[in-house]
Amino acid sequence: MNIDFSTSIPIYLQIIEEFKRQIVTSALKPGDKVPSQRDLAAQIKVNANTVQRAYREMEILGLVETLRGQGTFICQNQGIVEETRKEMLTNLVDDFVRAVRALGLSQEATLDVVKNRFSELESKEEVNDK
Amino acid sequence: MNTTNHALVVRDLKKKYPKVEALKGVDLTLPQGEIWGLLGPNGSGKSTLLKCIIGLVNPDGGEIEILGSAPSRQTKAQIAFVPEVENLYRWMTIRQAIDFTATFYDDWDEARVPGLLQFMGLDATKKVSSLSKGMRARLKLILALARKAPLILLDEPFSGIDPASRDRIVEGIVRQFKSEEQTMVISTHAVGDTEQLFDAVVFLDEGTINLQGNAEDLRRQYGKSINDLFKEVFA
Repeated sequence: MNIDFSTSIPIYLQIIEEFKRQIVTSALKPGDKVPSQRDLAAQIKVNANTVQRAYREMEILGLVETLRGQGTFICQNQGIVEETRKEMLTNLVDDFVRAVRALGLSQEATLDVVKNRFSELESKEEVNDK
Repeated sequence: MNTTNHALVVRDLKKKYPKVEALKGVDLTLPQGEIWGLLGPNGSGKSTLLKCIIGLVNPDGGEIEILGSAPSRQTKAQIAFVPEVENLYRWMTIRQAIDFTATFYDDWDEARVPGLLQFMGLDATKKVSSLSKGMRARLKLILALARKAPLILLDEPFSGIDPASRDRIVEGIVRQFKSEEQTMVISTHAVGDTEQLFDAVVFLDEGTINLQGNAEDLRRQYGKSINDLFKEVFA
């Protein structure tokens, strides 16, 4: 796991975000073992107390569970992938909607552009992939 | 007030040198198990504060409590202090410097030494005089981390060293620091690339604390990195 910090956001929140991203992209699957707190701290060169705070929070959120003597694992609950995906998408869209509304743009005009951009960017990526 | 679960309590600490008031009434309370960044530009009083705690400088006023006790020979033995100045004999080999330091401390843990040397990339047969400043900084950190001292004070450990050594030292601290039994204070004016080390920070400005708190709370409160806050406060 490699975290590129923008330290204006609390580091423990960035660690949680990175785990969520990996869960959504299936880089981490339910049941997968995650690094020990000490290993992750050393790997990303962050204070171990900060990593502990991130892990504790993720346990409360139901993303990971720690089994005594075995380590920490992504929760077996298959629902977390879908839930996390939904949550991340909602957050992204919320930011976008707020920014668009702040510009005084209408929903109809915006949604058309969103659809067009999706297909334009997708075809561009296909060209680049070839 | 029960302060026995605090690693360090400083109350209204004052120190005046003939030409400068180095500390103008500093108050600090450090819980055990945390790494604190003591941040400020050169001449802000960081070194004077650390030297008061270890007992190398006598304060003119105020109180210090180390692990629940007033400063004494006993509390001094519980502190591992790494000064900014060069304190190594240049004619010694690394091995000799380690053995020499070990003789002074009852809490020396020789079992930690091989791993620390390997992690820091130091060859024990090399002479201190042959080491770069960054390599000497690594050695100084080993001498502190090989002790089971409950309180570790590092004065400007990143000052004037190469980025590779700085990264090694940061990672070495993250790996070796034992929050169940240790507390650490690191003074520095180089906040970039080191801020992720700190649980909490203190901004010291001309002998006065003008900001202190949990690092994550400060990031959230100000929407800024500690480094950006530092630049803003000391601009």
